[in-house]
Amino acid sequence: MQGSSRLVLAHFWAAFAVFAVMIPLGAWQMLVRSPLHRWIDPELYYRAVTAHGTSLAYIFPTLVAMGFGYAVCAVSLGRPMHGSRLAWVSFWLVIGGAAIAITTVAAGKATVLYTFYPPLLGSPFYYLGVLIAVIGSWVWVGLMVSHFRLWKRDYPDLPVPLAMFATTAGALLWAWTSLGVGAEIVFLILPNAFGWTDTIDPGLARLLFSWTLHAIVYFWLIPSYIGFYVLLPQAAGGRLYSDKMGRIAFLQLLIFSMPIGIHHLFADPQIGAGFKFLHAVFTGMVAVPTLLTIFTICASLEIAGRLRGGRGLFGWIAALPWDRPFVLASALSLLMLGIGGASGLINMSYALNSTVHNTQWVTGHFHLIYGGAIVIMYFAIAYELWPRLTGRPLALPKLVRLQLWTWFGGMLIATLPWHLVGVMGQPRRMAYYNYADPALAPQAIWVSISALGGFVLVVSAMLLVGVLIASHSGPSAAIPPLRFSLAINPPRRLPWSLNSLGVWTALMIALTVANYGYPLAQFLFFDSARVPTYSRQAP
Amino acid sequence: MVDQPDIAERRWAYVVAGVVFFVFAVIVYNGVHWAAQPPSNVETIDAGRLHLAGEFVETNLGTEVVPDGSVVVRVIAEQYAFVPACIVVPAETKVVFRVTSPDVVHGFLISGTNVNSMVVPGFIAEVRTRFDRPGDHLMPCQEYCSVGHQGMWARVKVLDPVEFARSYSGQQRASCAG
Repeated sequence: MQGSSRLVLAHFWAAFAVFAVMIPLGAWQMLVRSPLHRWIDPELYYRAVTAHGTSLAYIFPTLVAMGFGYAVCAVSLGRPMHGSRLAWVSFWLVIGGAAIAITTVAAGKATVLYTFYPPLLGSPFYYLGVLIAVIGSWVWVGLMVSHFRLWKRDYPDLPVPLAMFATTAGALLWAWTSLGVGAEIVFLILPNAFGWTDTIDPGLARLLFSWTLHAIVYFWLIPSYIGFYVLLPQAAGGRLYSDKMGRIAFLQLLIFSMPIGIHHLFADPQIGAGFKFLHAVFTGMVAVPTLLTIFTICASLEIAGRLRGGRGLFGWIAALPWDRPFVLASALSLLMLGIGGASGLINMSYALNSTVHNTQWVTGHFHLIYGGAIVIMYFAIAYELWPRLTGRPLALPKLVRLQLWTWFGGMLIATLPWHLVGVMGQPRRMAYYNYADPALAPQAIWVSISALGGFVLVVSAMLLVGVLIASHSGPSAAIPPLRFSLAINPPRRLPWSLNSLGVWTALMIALTVANYGYPLAQFLFFDSARVPTYSRQAP
Repeated sequence: MVDQPDIAERRWAYVVAGVVFFVFAVIVYNGVHWAAQPPSNVETIDAGRLHLAGEFVETNLGTEVVPDGSVVVRVIAEQYAFVPACIVVPAETKVVFRVTSPDVVHGFLISGTNVNSMVVPGFIAEVRTRFDRPGDHLMPCQEYCSVGHQGMWARVKVLDPVEFARSYSGQQRASCAG
């Protein structure tokens, strides 16, 4: 892969190593808070939640996005990458930052959950670790932007390949959205964690975190969507329905992902109703690129199905090659995206949100969308890349399909009851619940079922790692190089608006400023919003 | 169909616009018709001096019947309890919850209702509601507030208005805790 195989493999292996440790830890949390287990020391539970969230929200998807970004860069531009030394520096920064942060959490020095929650305060090493990992990922952003620009300079008349266009859009989105959490750590938390100051503005900290908290999900999502556009049509034996529509979808993700983060703060007292409503409206807009993507993907699959001899209104579905991991994973992903999207509609609804805010519904929702719909595509991408990276065919194809089905089944068993107990009023993030209380007793059976789903997911995660190890150590073979799907009508020339990102990035920044400017500026005028910090350890 | 991608895409774009517009219409209708607004009063208070003077001193916590017949419930959310821990309110009456925190971020929800708000130190969270019928509800803290979070539960007792008046109207600030 243009000499980038080791780099890409390192990212994917590191990501799946983190994953293999943290999925069992998640299942353990579901077990110990369920009625199937006695109550445990609550601090251990929250410590585990902090480790699970930090690893799987900040480290795992970032490594996948970075590794896949390098693969896209090599395959779609079709020439060797430059700056591979910088890429390794970036990799080790992410790994080093992750190691510092997770070690600090494991030692019990930062049981603050991955969302930080000041005025709670943990050891400065935890926040520094996260910050170093984020800075490492910014080096990757620089590399993606630089490859994008150099390629455009060398081929000014050609369209930038769709996969590279989307990867660079995702990198720019990440650079901008990670500034929120970066500013929260640097300006609010670290001065307190080091003991230089002893008060903090929790309302402002929550607002800055919301800057990152929603668009980060689209940063996680973009590699999966790139897979839909450039790997799925090919795997299904067809062509991409529309290259232009893909660009429009990714551009919409770029501009609409940012000005919506306050929908996480609908129930917060420090934000006025007007900006909450505005963010709800933009959250509705961000559904548009997903709906466009679903159309393009289904149309591409229909083409593939009909090319394979499928007839009639639905016959093309049966004619698709369901034994191919990428096709199967994409369909399961779209099903989970549909259910999770429906539950997300409740969350984003300005008023209806208060029926579910901070209940288990929310945890059920994001596990289904992220852990289900997005992460199953990370598996599919790994299965697609592995033979090209290792020079060995994918081993154990039956286990691959079993792995995808168990992830899908386990995720539904875990998250559907999880949603349900949320509607029944169970708050999220508690180490245990008193199911002997008659008001909570009806939730017990559903929580137990959900915990069993967690163990199905552990089996699936182990299958994934097993298949990847077996494939990596199998016999070598001649593997055809990876090619991305062609569109039915590949664009020969594109209007500049669909072939560049500068103006769209400026629009993203302008919309963010419009939607965050006043809510941020109001903190200049509050006179009593700063409060003392709270740390469990003596400083 | 394959040879006319533009027409199919345009039709789908209309469908998408219709879906998004419908969602907005439902949100706006619900917000206006049910007067369902998230708690957004943006009111600050000095979290370090709650116990010394002002609205949230201990003697002022609990349920107050105000002259127009509605009630105001003032609550402190702190690690790891609500004060008062058992709240009593009349049914079929306008109820205003005013909640704040002296330490870290908390939250509260009342099971089986739409009452749900964050409690951020430095700010007063205000939620207006009305309980249709008598009954008991749980009121857990819904935001992680450090390692005792799982123990932070209060109860809300909704009484028939006549019974509420008989049992509690003589008290300046009512609660069922104790």
